[in-house]
Amino acid sequence: MMLDGLARIGSSVRLGLMALGISARTFFELMIATGSLWRRPRLVSDQVHFIGNYSLVIIAVSGLFVGFVLGLQGYYTLNKYGSEQALGLLVALSLIRELGPVVTALLFAGRAGTSLTAEIGLMKATEQLSAMEMMAVDPMRRVLAPRFLAGVIAMPVLAAIFSAVGVLGGYIVGVRLIGVDEGAFWSQMQAGVDVWADVANGVIKSAVFGVAVTYIALYEGYCAAPTPEGVARATTRTVVIGSLMVLWLDFLLTALMFS
Amino acid sequence: MQRKSLDIWVGLFVLLGALAVMFLALKVGNMSSMSFGPSYTVIARFDNIGGLKPRAPVKSAGVVVGRVESIAFNDKTFQAQVTLRLQGEVKFPKDSSAKILTSGLLGEQYIGIEPGGDEKNFAEGDRIKSTQSAIVLENLISQFLFSKAADSSAEGKNK
Repeated sequence: MMLDGLARIGSSVRLGLMALGISARTFFELMIATGSLWRRPRLVSDQVHFIGNYSLVIIAVSGLFVGFVLGLQGYYTLNKYGSEQALGLLVALSLIRELGPVVTALLFAGRAGTSLTAEIGLMKATEQLSAMEMMAVDPMRRVLAPRFLAGVIAMPVLAAIFSAVGVLGGYIVGVRLIGVDEGAFWSQMQAGVDVWADVANGVIKSAVFGVAVTYIALYEGYCAAPTPEGVARATTRTVVIGSLMVLWLDFLLTALMFS
Repeated sequence: MQRKSLDIWVGLFVLLGALAVMFLALKVGNMSSMSFGPSYTVIARFDNIGGLKPRAPVKSAGVVVGRVESIAFNDKTFQAQVTLRLQGEVKFPKDSSAKILTSGLLGEQYIGIEPGGDEKNFAEGDRIKSTQSAIVLENLISQFLFSKAADSSAEGKNK
């Protein structure tokens, strides 16, 4: 009985390590395959169009509304302390440092990650990937690498757009609707937001999230069981693991960058 | 033809991202107030810098003329050694003094420079001789309490 339990712990650790090893090996293969993409930039631009342009509307609209809400809530809280001039700073810092990269990555996992997983999972289920291998076309180079690079390019772009639109949303609510002084709104913001410490770190953060979310989506699709159920599970896992990974990485990066 | 329109859309997407970063850097961040012109550093030693931070503004007559570059502890004099980077076109006489001031009641701290009357100006690496430390609220309160206590005990003796 006790030995059984011990064996179960052992096997779960062994399987966990194995999954980690396979995932790390796939990641390195993907990196090497991505390195040879400069010969076929067309493949990447197709995917940037698919991943980036089509996510633009949802990202921009979410950014606008997050900015609206930050403007309203921030005003109510700051107003209690008579410091509503700091509204611009509050909106800009929370968007650039945290909300921009994180919310964009979560939406990105839901909008682009799932479609990547489903696409590649179905390619695998219908044996298209095997067919490519038969024709001596490496699916890693032809299918996975362009999508990976496109995700890594699109994610910081989307996060920057999210933050910029969010700041404008905060401006619309704070200055136009509520009536915070416009000069104080922008000048406090400029005094408090540092280009390198805040804006550049936000961009780095979103690039890291882009790598994580895109890789998880591709890996889940690539390793999905080749059945309809397997693809469905892989899609779910993309969202769950991707979102958790983003939040965990965010904590880690925040601790490293802003301590 | 379809290929071309797709490329245009991708180009627009990336351009939009670059514009957003530009907006964040210039309008939201402090990129526009950064000076890339010539500059020089001077050193000031303070007994207590309070809550002064690197990159805090250096002002004279309320106008920003530079930034605090670094803050270190000098273990020879047991003082805080603050390096100030001033804009190259702004010259101060050699006997100017530096004070640590607070903007507003509880605002951020900055360094104020009061120009002196010397004919020579600061050069790269010079030290500001006369400095005034930050006001620490606790010290102020304890001074106030001490003087109160001294007053009341003096009154008690007189009676």
